[in-house]
Amino acid sequence: MVFAEQHNGKIHPVTFELLSKGRELADRKEVELSSVILGHQIREEAKELIYYGADKVFIFDHPTLKEFDSILYKQNIVSLIREEKPEIVLIGATHLGRSLAPRIAAALNTGLTADCIDLQLDEDGELIQVRPAFTGNILAYIKTKTKPVMTTVRYKVFKARERDPMRKGEIIEKEVKVVEDTGTKILGKIPREAVNISDAGVVVAGGRGLRRPDDLKMLEELASLLGGVVGVSRPLVDEGWASKDRQVGFSGNIVKPKLYVAVGISGSPQHLAGMKDSEIVVAINVDPSAPIFNVADYGVVGDLYEVIPKPIEKIKLRKMKL
Amino acid sequence: MTDNEFHIVVLIKPVPDMEKVRFDVEKGVVDRSSAPLEINPFDLNALEAAVQIKEKLGGEVTAVSMAPPAAESVLRDAIARGADRAVLLTDRRFAGADTLATSYALASAIRKLGRFNLIICGEKTVDGDTGQVGPEVAEMLGIPHIAYVTEIREVTKEKLLVVSELGAPYLMELKLPGLITVTKDVNKPRLPTLKDKLKARKAKVEVWSADDLADVADVSRFGFSGSPTQVVKVLVPPMKKRRSQIFKGEDAVDKLIEALEMEGLLR
Repeated sequence: MVFAEQHNGKIHPVTFELLSKGRELADRKEVELSSVILGHQIREEAKELIYYGADKVFIFDHPTLKEFDSILYKQNIVSLIREEKPEIVLIGATHLGRSLAPRIAAALNTGLTADCIDLQLDEDGELIQVRPAFTGNILAYIKTKTKPVMTTVRYKVFKARERDPMRKGEIIEKEVKVVEDTGTKILGKIPREAVNISDAGVVVAGGRGLRRPDDLKMLEELASLLGGVVGVSRPLVDEGWASKDRQVGFSGNIVKPKLYVAVGISGSPQHLAGMKDSEIVVAINVDPSAPIFNVADYGVVGDLYEVIPKPIEKIKLRKMKL
Repeated sequence: MTDNEFHIVVLIKPVPDMEKVRFDVEKGVVDRSSAPLEINPFDLNALEAAVQIKEKLGGEVTAVSMAPPAAESVLRDAIARGADRAVLLTDRRFAGADTLATSYALASAIRKLGRFNLIICGEKTVDGDTGQVGPEVAEMLGIPHIAYVTEIREVTKEKLLVVSELGAPYLMELKLPGLITVTKDVNKPRLPTLKDKLKARKAKVEVWSADDLADVADVSRFGFSGSPTQVVKVLVPPMKKRRSQIFKGEDAVDKLIEALEMEGLLR
């Protein structure tokens, strides 16, 4: 069973990735793949879950479910799991998923494995959950002896299947259990400039080597010439130079762009955990012993203020010629 | 403690210093003797949040940990940083616990403490990195929770007004008793003063065994026997192979630009 996360009636893409992996597991185990969605006026959107691989979709549609409420969501999902008895429950390891899944697991007194990056079946058809631990330094292979096996899965590790609008499946409307007051209430959404560095193809990231907040503009220029975005290491967020959504690292965002340029970043383990899977890593740092060079494909030992203007100039020149 | 005092519980995990800890690549295990234990960095923010709330509303802050006996020093550090009371759950029967068994032991300890108004946890730990214990404890105690709190805007004895990250930042209200998990954005933890450290050295850390919780819990649900998930294998992932071409000197930048052109990255 795949939990379908939705915001304002729009399904989060991690759901389609889980349906793809779920389809593969269900086919190998020769069982059904179901999905559950909670929200308000989501019947149309629920069909998408079938197009992306579900055999059966359970809908909980009610005004009180329009926005996420961990207790309401938990109660309805727990009663569904008790009825349907799925062997495996997959939930996206998003903030919402990681807030909800533990409540469900605790209510069912079953095992939950967090933030998996791979799912395999062993020879007995038991699920092996693979997840990084110790700030990404080790990979743990985990089995669960209770049912259902519950797993949260990191966004962007599995590939969604092709959408197939001809695919058929069953949509089942469930009765919603409503609780008057769950103790939490969403009062409003706080607007913020949305930067999504996890989806960027190129990230130019600045760290403590920068002297002034204004110097990020130089990185901004390089990033935009390369068709990318600016990221930062944690100290710059702490200093208030950049917002948290630009932070690369264990406590920020995990990125894996085609090109990662680390400018004036020494490379703490926490930072490396956020970018070490990037395809090509370029590092620029004055200190030749900076750990960032250990994960770099190309590096320059030198003053970033002398280095960065050169590629900027070079690309500009080339663009002018074209 | 009188009945209308505000009581905050902070859950703290002693973890190895991640900058120092080593991994045995051959055996695929963490060499726990390679680094001293310290307060999980995210829990420092939880403790600071608790102390700030106490400064406003009065009351008491209790730090609770489940860890080997050596973690007593970590709880002493929690006292130096403002906790009034510290409880260490330590017993071989707690060992080998996954998040469910850990949450069960911690929830049982909180039940044993009696009255509580607010429980605060860090969003996750640097070693386990699951973020599951907070919400699981809330579920086991039957109280609401809000995870990934980045800002605490208002606190009264009845409710909290917070900003929570749920894909987007939301302004949310939590009725008490309740639980929050906080991110590093929520505050900047203070450093303990020398005086605080000296005072903490003399403070008493209460040590509880599994039997001490027997009146509020089913002891078979502690530790390894109460853990449905089991690690069957641990690997140190091979580092991605890098080209490792580091240029120095006069023409370093030219060489870099040349290399990036060869990769087709400068278009």
